[in-house]
This record gives sequence, structure tokens and C-alpha cells, in this order.
Amino acid sequence: MKSFKANLIILIIILLVSSAAGIFIYPKWYGSKYKPWSLGLDLVGGTSLAYKIDLSEVDQSEYEAVVAGLREVIEKRVNLYGVAEPKITIAQKGGSYELLVDLAGVKDLKDAVRQIGETPRLDFREVSQDGENIIFTKTPLTGRYISGSSLEFGNLNEPIVSLKFNEEGAKIFEEITARNVGKPLAIFVDDQLTDAPRVNEKISGGKATISGGGEGFTVEGAKQLIQRLNAGALSAPISLTSQRTVSATAAQDALYKIIVAGAIGTGIVMLFMLAYYRLLGIFAVLALLIYTALTLAVFKSGALWLIPSFTMTLSGIAGFILSVGMAVDANILIFERTKEELRKGLIKTAAIEEGFKRAWLPIRDSNISTIITATILYFFTSSFVQGFALTLGIGVAVSMFSAIFVTRNMLKVFIRK
Amino acid sequence: MFNVIGHKNVFFGISTAFIVLSIVSMLVFGFRLGVDFTGGTLWQIKIPGTDAQKLEEFFRSNLGLQVSGIAFDRASDIYAVTLPEIPDSDRQIHFGTIEKNFSGAEDFDFQRISPSVSKELRSKSITAVILVMVVISLYIAFVFRKVSRPVSSWKYGIITLITLAHDVIIPAGVFAILGNFIGVAVDSNFIVALLMVMGFSVHDTIVVFDRIRENLTRARDTNMELDEIVNKSVNETFARSINTSLTLVFVLFALYFWGPVGLQYFVLTILIGTVVGTYSSIFVASPLLVVIHRLSRHSKI
Repeated sequence: MKSFKANLIILIIILLVSSAAGIFIYPKWYGSKYKPWSLGLDLVGGTSLAYKIDLSEVDQSEYEAVVAGLREVIEKRVNLYGVAEPKITIAQKGGSYELLVDLAGVKDLKDAVRQIGETPRLDFREVSQDGENIIFTKTPLTGRYISGSSLEFGNLNEPIVSLKFNEEGAKIFEEITARNVGKPLAIFVDDQLTDAPRVNEKISGGKATISGGGEGFTVEGAKQLIQRLNAGALSAPISLTSQRTVSATAAQDALYKIIVAGAIGTGIVMLFMLAYYRLLGIFAVLALLIYTALTLAVFKSGALWLIPSFTMTLSGIAGFILSVGMAVDANILIFERTKEELRKGLIKTAAIEEGFKRAWLPIRDSNISTIITATILYFFTSSFVQGFALTLGIGVAVSMFSAIFVTRNMLKVFIRK
Repeated sequence: MFNVIGHKNVFFGISTAFIVLSIVSMLVFGFRLGVDFTGGTLWQIKIPGTDAQKLEEFFRSNLGLQVSGIAFDRASDIYAVTLPEIPDSDRQIHFGTIEKNFSGAEDFDFQRISPSVSKELRSKSITAVILVMVVISLYIAFVFRKVSRPVSSWKYGIITLITLAHDVIIPAGVFAILGNFIGVAVDSNFIVALLMVMGFSVHDTIVVFDRIRENLTRARDTNMELDEIVNKSVNETFARSINTSLTLVFVLFALYFWGPVGLQYFVLTILIGTVVGTYSSIFVASPLLVVIHRLSRHSKI
């Protein structure tokens, strides 16, 4: 049996670690300076977009590379909209890949949602004149046939966007230019007339340049277009599967309410433990405080730095609050058993020891069944509830430590023969 | 000592009545499915000083949108409007129109889901519910494998399966009724809640079963009947079964009354499930053990 001194030292270490965790999780002061809480869009407001990546035309061995390339392109596109700290993640579920874009604090998206997910629409149109009116006739040649785009500079050092077509596109381009020798050919980007160079001869080889029309491109403008065109050249198309846009007011309201509800709920649980178990209840309350500090610290650190991108969402907080209601369950089982052993006539220390020993099996089995549920939940649902599953699972694991190890240690220090 | 086993037919009767009622409600009313199961848009807008009927009319005639449901939260003036899937550009245009016609309108929460995802989510949800039921039951059968005499461990597993189904069917029935009368939709949060209910409800069952296991070992050399052992076990663990559920109920109450509106039905599902689950652990699972044991003794298995 461990000596009183050893138990006291362990208890002091637990209290120190918990206090450190408490400072770490406190949203002001040192904790916030060191690492502020990373909150989900449903708690700060903003837009989150989920895209499904269509890999049906990609060879399996290239999945990883294509998906990584896609992520990079989307990141660039998002940056075009000047969003502060966009969060772009790839979620792999079974055989399919999902691209998640989180734009915090963005309320007015204008056209961003459409443009992030779509290749810029570029098309070539034939030009004809009908009296005063200029008529543009669409051709089958679009941005789909572009295999690459780069920045070049013309004779006057003006920026030019150079386009390279793929084989099919080159053929179409050749046909169109053959038809339009001596006439202008209009280039539209997102339905805006961008350029209308004169075709001097049939062009084969699949290369074209856009000068930007009247005043030409700015270097910045040309670069943006090139980026977007190159993005369009990706082999894996993506489609928007879900969108959620939460206003800052709604998000803050939800955050405030869940914190208040969580505090009230935890408070009632503590009062109940004190009222029902008296002296033993004090230890359960202390263990619950330690549990709260440690669990929240595990979340904030991103599951002890294992998941650096961990973000606290509304459902995550709900999962944690529910875990508070269960964290004391282990204490209840232990205390009930202890009371029972006391009635049988055991002395206090022996009764407590017996209480821990006998309550262990049901505690273990209950918690494992909850962890089974949380695991299935994590793998079988959308990303919206994964936060919930994760916090609940972590919560249950930490509660086994706090309700059993911590409480036992406290009781050993404070209740002696 | 309260004779739970002696009154088992009363408890089975109550459970059967609720189960039948729930199944009938589900068959008659069906479920009202949320946008994440059907695909579409769920748009929450705060508009003071109007009503759901006016708003629906406005959506139809001024915006040209077919509304398939409006839920209203009186406390916060928030309307949750269910629509077909609309792109974000439309949201911005429509909200401009709404702002012009209703002063003080606020765009709160806009969620849209494409039908392809919702289909996947629906099938995954069903898989998850069944998987949790089966895996937990297998786990229970596994951990009770060492107490094969006189009750073999697969029986603990079967009973767990029955009580889990019991605990899921009743809240589902309640939501079929709520969906029919006040338009509450069943969404993926509801499925998560059902999974949680199963995770929680098995806690109390484990506590009782664990005590039965302990008392069976002790009574091995006496001629105590299984009836008596089970009844004694239920009574001995009664207080802790109630207390462990009560702490969860406290937290759920706090979340229901003070928490965000969006979580209300999620919390309600778990609340109903927790109460039903506690009942089934005490009054259904343990008597069933006696019944199944008797049945198999008669048929010499």
C-alpha cells in the first residue's frame, strides 16, 4: 500500500496540473495569449462549404496527389476573395473525399460560393455584324479545353495571358480560326468581354494569348485570371454538397446560451452530489471541477496536439456538457457501493476501498459502451456531428481518470483511520 | 423490498402499450424529414412582428419559392423556413427583398444540402443505429461470458438488444407524433440523439446485470431461485440506477431551458430516451432475464 506521503504528492501534482489546465482554458489572461480557443463557424459566424470531389476519372494511385493539388488550388481561389484565415480541410470517408472550406466571419459572400467551386467560365465567341449591332455567337471552345495558362509580357512589356489548349481544344481552335480569318474573335471570361483579337491566319498547335482588350490587364488582374484558369484545368471536378452560413449574432447567441446552460447544468449536478452524498459529495464536486479543467484543456490543445486543427463547435460543447452528466456516474456507483459496505459493518477506509473495487466492472463496461457509440458515430456521420462524437469520447475517457484515480487519491489523503 | 419480478406483467404491459402506440404512430403519421435527409434549404431568419402564415405567403408570391415548412420560435422571433435547395446568390437576392418588406429582418442561419448527400446520410444513419445496437449487445454478451451458470451470456446480449430497441422506438414514436401535429422534423441530430440514448440506457442495464452476476456467484451454493436473486439485485441497485440517470437529466433540463434553440429537439430526444431507458433497465431488462431463463429451461436449451 502506498504511503500517505506518496498519495499527498500525487494529489498535489493533480491539483497543480489541473490549475495549469484551468489557466490554459480560461478565455482571457495567459491562456488566451498563449493559444486562443479555436471556435467553429457555428460559434463565431461565417460560412462553411462542403464539396464532394469526383475522382471517378482519376486513377486510384493518384488520388492523394490529385486531392492535395485540389486543396492547394481551392486555397488560392479562396485567398482571391481576401478571406482572413480560411480553413480548408480534406476529409476522407470510406473511398470518397470531401473538401471542406470554412470562411470565418464572412457574411456577405457575393459570388464567392459559386466561384470557389466552379472553374471560371471562359469561352470564345465568333463576332458578326448586323447593321449597327455586333452579334456574338458562342462556340464550343470553353475553358474546359485549357490545359494550362501562364503570364507573358508583350512588346510594350504589357502583361498577356497565354493559354494552352489540350489536343481536342487545339482542334476546335484551329477550326474556329480557319473560319474567322480577318475577323475578330471575342474572348469572354465569366460572360464579360475580355478581349477580341483579330485572327490573321488559321492557328494550329493550340496556343492563344489574351491581351485584356482596351486598357489591357494589370499584372495583378492577369495573375488572378491565370490562377483561376489553371484551377479549371484540374482533372477532378468538385461539386458543392452543403453550405451553412451563420450570422455573427446568431453564433454569439448560441455560444452564450450553451455556456450558460452548461454552467447551470453542472451547478445542479454538483448541488445534487453534495445534497445526496454529503462528505463524499465534496470529493465528487472537486473531481468534477478537475474533470472540467482537464477535458477542456485536452480539447483546446487539439486532443493533446494530436489533431492540430481541432475546432470547438456547438455540437462539440453539447457533447462535453452531456459528458459532465455522465462523469459523476462513476462516483455515484462507487459511493453507493461504499455506503452499502458501511452498512455491512466495514470500517470507513475498507468500505471505500471495497466500493472502488466492486464498482470498477460496471464503470468500465458502461464507459466502453459509450466509447463504442462515439466511435460508430464518428465514422458514420457527417462532419457536423463528428465534433460531438469526439468530445464525448474524450470526455468519457478523461472521466474514468478523474472519477476513479483522482477521487480515490483524494479519499486516501483525507479519510484515514 | 419491492417485488419487481412479481409485477413483471404490469411493467411488460406498460412497455408493450407504449411500443404499440409508437409503432402505430410511425406507420400512420410517418416522419417529417429534415433538410439533411431530403436535400434542400433550411433558412433561419429573425423577423419581428409578423406571423408564419404571412411569411409563407410572402415567400410564395413575392419570392416565388415553395415553402414546405415554417417553424417559429416565439422567444427569439426566429422563423425556420424549409425550402427547396437554392444557391447562395439567390439567398442574397431574396434576403434583400425580405429586408425591404420586413423591417428589422436578420439573416441568421442558412443551411443547404444537396440531395446526393442527404441520400447518403439517410442510409448511413440507419446503418449506424443498427450497428450500435448490435455491437453493444455483442459487447454485453462478451463481458458476461464468465457467468454462464445458470444464465448463459448470450441471454444478456439478447435482452440488451430488446431493451435498446425499446428505448429507441418510443422516442421515435414521440417524434412521429410531434412531426404530425407541430411539424417537428427528424434530422441527423435526431439520429445522433438516438445513438446517445442507446449508449446511456445500457449503463443502467449494466449496473443491474453486474449485480445479478455478483449475486448469482454468491448464491451458487444456496437454493435461491433466479426470481429472488434478480429481484434482490434490482432493489439493491435501484438508487444508483435512478441517480446516475438523474444527473444526466439535470444537465439535459438545463440545456433544454437555457441552451440554444437549435438544440432543443436534440435534447428532448435524449431526455425522453433517458427516462425510457432507465425504466427499461429496471423494469424490463431484469424481468426479461427471468422470463427468457424459464422459457429456455422448459425447452431444455
